[in-house]
Amino acid sequence: MTMTDLSLTKQDADKLFQRKRLIGFGIPAVIFAYLFYIFFAFDIAGLAGRANLDNAVTLASDSWSHKVHVTRDNRSGEISYAVEGERKGRYPEGQRPDWVSGDEVITINLGSGYTVRYLPENRTEIEVPGFPLIKVEAKGRSLTSNLPEDVPEWISASNRRIGITTPEGRITLTGARTEVFNYFPGWELFWFTLDSPYHGQSLGTILFGTRLDPDRGNIEGAVSDWWNNKMWRHKDVAWAIGETILMAFLGTMGAAILALPLAFLAAKRFSPLMLLRAGTRRVFDFVRGVDALIWTVVLARAFGPGPLTGTLAILITDTGTFGKIFSEALENVDQKQIEGVSSTGAKPLQRYRFGVIPQVVPVLLAQILYFLESNTRSATIIGAITGGGIGLMLTQAIQTQKDWEEVAYYIVLIVVMVMFMDWFSGWLRGKLIGRKD
Amino acid sequence: MADISIGGAPQSVGGVQSSYMAQVQRRRLYGGLTLLIFVILMVSGFNIADDRNAGGFWEGLHQIGDYPADVLSEAWEKRADLPGLIAKYFPALVETINIAAVSTLIGVAGGIVLSLLGTRGLAKWPRLIPLFRRISDIMRAVPEIVIALVLIFVLGGGPVPAMIAIAIHTAGALGKMFSEVAENADLKPVEGLESTGATWTQRMLLGVLPQVAPNYISYSLLRFEINIRASAILGFVGAGGIGYELRNAMAWGPGRFDEAAAIFILLFGTIVFFDQVSSRYRNRLTEGQGQ
Repeated sequence: MTMTDLSLTKQDADKLFQRKRLIGFGIPAVIFAYLFYIFFAFDIAGLAGRANLDNAVTLASDSWSHKVHVTRDNRSGEISYAVEGERKGRYPEGQRPDWVSGDEVITINLGSGYTVRYLPENRTEIEVPGFPLIKVEAKGRSLTSNLPEDVPEWISASNRRIGITTPEGRITLTGARTEVFNYFPGWELFWFTLDSPYHGQSLGTILFGTRLDPDRGNIEGAVSDWWNNKMWRHKDVAWAIGETILMAFLGTMGAAILALPLAFLAAKRFSPLMLLRAGTRRVFDFVRGVDALIWTVVLARAFGPGPLTGTLAILITDTGTFGKIFSEALENVDQKQIEGVSSTGAKPLQRYRFGVIPQVVPVLLAQILYFLESNTRSATIIGAITGGGIGLMLTQAIQTQKDWEEVAYYIVLIVVMVMFMDWFSGWLRGKLIGRKD
Repeated sequence: MADISIGGAPQSVGGVQSSYMAQVQRRRLYGGLTLLIFVILMVSGFNIADDRNAGGFWEGLHQIGDYPADVLSEAWEKRADLPGLIAKYFPALVETINIAAVSTLIGVAGGIVLSLLGTRGLAKWPRLIPLFRRISDIMRAVPEIVIALVLIFVLGGGPVPAMIAIAIHTAGALGKMFSEVAENADLKPVEGLESTGATWTQRMLLGVLPQVAPNYISYSLLRFEINIRASAILGFVGAGGIGYELRNAMAWGPGRFDEAAAIFILLFGTIVFFDQVSSRYRNRLTEGQGQ
């Protein structure tokens, strides 16, 4: 008897072990097979071919450095100096960087012995240490140079275009123009553009020094010049961040205000009508299922691009989510407190106010604040689609594919903004409902 | 009042009542002020948003229905084509779901590692706990779109940038949630394993993960739901999948609304389907724990 019992138990145990072993190896095997399928579905092997490493290098170097262009227009012979080659970063008339010298012959000293000379009649001489002097002459649309047939890999040469990349800077020559790019670390003109009198002044001079601009006080003028900086557009950026936070705030709070009364309709305890309950729940499911993306697209048609569209998209989607969460919280309230309140003769509305609301408020607040933080991120993304806030500025900066220092700046700002909202909502939650830990 | 000044004597009912009423009044005042500030913030915020929008709220309000009505009526006219269009866009939908699934898998793996390394009592290097916590904070704070757009520039369009972007965010978000669960894990099995000479990896795999698995799976399913939405949205900015098709269909405008309708239906159906499945499964997981 005992023998058979034992063997039966052993059999059971063996079966159990076998199943566990099957699961233990089966699940990783399934995941592995899935990843194997993905490897081909996503064409990971072809990724190396599609990836553009030059882009990666440009991105990595441009995001923390800036370049100053020295351009000679070969038709008019005019020479211009501009940060990042932008009109807004152009040096004012009569000013130029101190590494450029000469009048008839413009000498550009790139450092470490690399020198470029703009000679009259569209001739250019380039001195590279350890390489014979390069002479190029532009005539019409073609170039003649003394470069040998087989050039080293840092030179690309044809009779239309010559590009020279050195560790100290880059030189491109075409028939129409000759350009030298000199690289420097840092975000140039972040504080003041070149036309501002405060450019190049130290903080001490601005705060305590003599008046730099006769028309206005130093601090006032400096703040206004910084705020209206045309290169970095601090004012627009601040507005954009404000818009993004506004979208998140209005969307979250509006959704909470809308969802609370609707949640009562969807909760079993407070809504006796089955049909109404089911109807409200389906509305929540529908609104949530349509998703912020589609809401954004639909609303953008009605309201046009801007923060209001983003706000409403967040508001509508989150009404569904909040409605679901709130109605679940309402179903879990303790009946005793409501009975206690109603025993004092409270009317239904008072029962809700003093019997129900105090019980659910902590849960509701915690959810609302959590969504406030997560919606800041959503608002960034929705802004990129609907055209508002910092998300739009970021997409635009990335799409132009040259202002990588601005992209880096926006990314830093976005991360700081989200972390601030995270901290802020945590702090507010601690203040309102006490810390959890 | 006189009673209070005497000191040891018990307070009169009137005194208690008046101080209670004063307290209530003060609380009401603060509550009212908070409410007032909140209302002002909401109203002025709404007005600012309305001002900075291309179209105003009140002018746009009655147009909300126009676009869906156009799409629906055109789709209804061409309803015979819909099944074909749904079949046409199904592969794009599969790509969107695949992006969400892979990024959830990678994110879960990353989240587990980050959470175990960042939890007091479990961490392999206790001194580095703040470091791993900050790492997961930063990974969580970067919106997917930022990483996706930068990676699209480097890697070209397609599912991989979206996958990496969502995976990074998922790892950060789950790292925090997992770590909150792991903090409550019972340390006895870990100590038991340690006494047998188990390595850190073995202690985590055999001592901690079985305890926290139901919660981890539940959070991962929730994340998968969120990631499907995220991967659809990232498609819209150029990362492939159904979102990309939606943008193209939208760009064509009237005449191709049937395609937009087909994509709407697919997206809506998918989100609702995975929502229901995952919420049912999550309920089972959490209920099973309660028993």
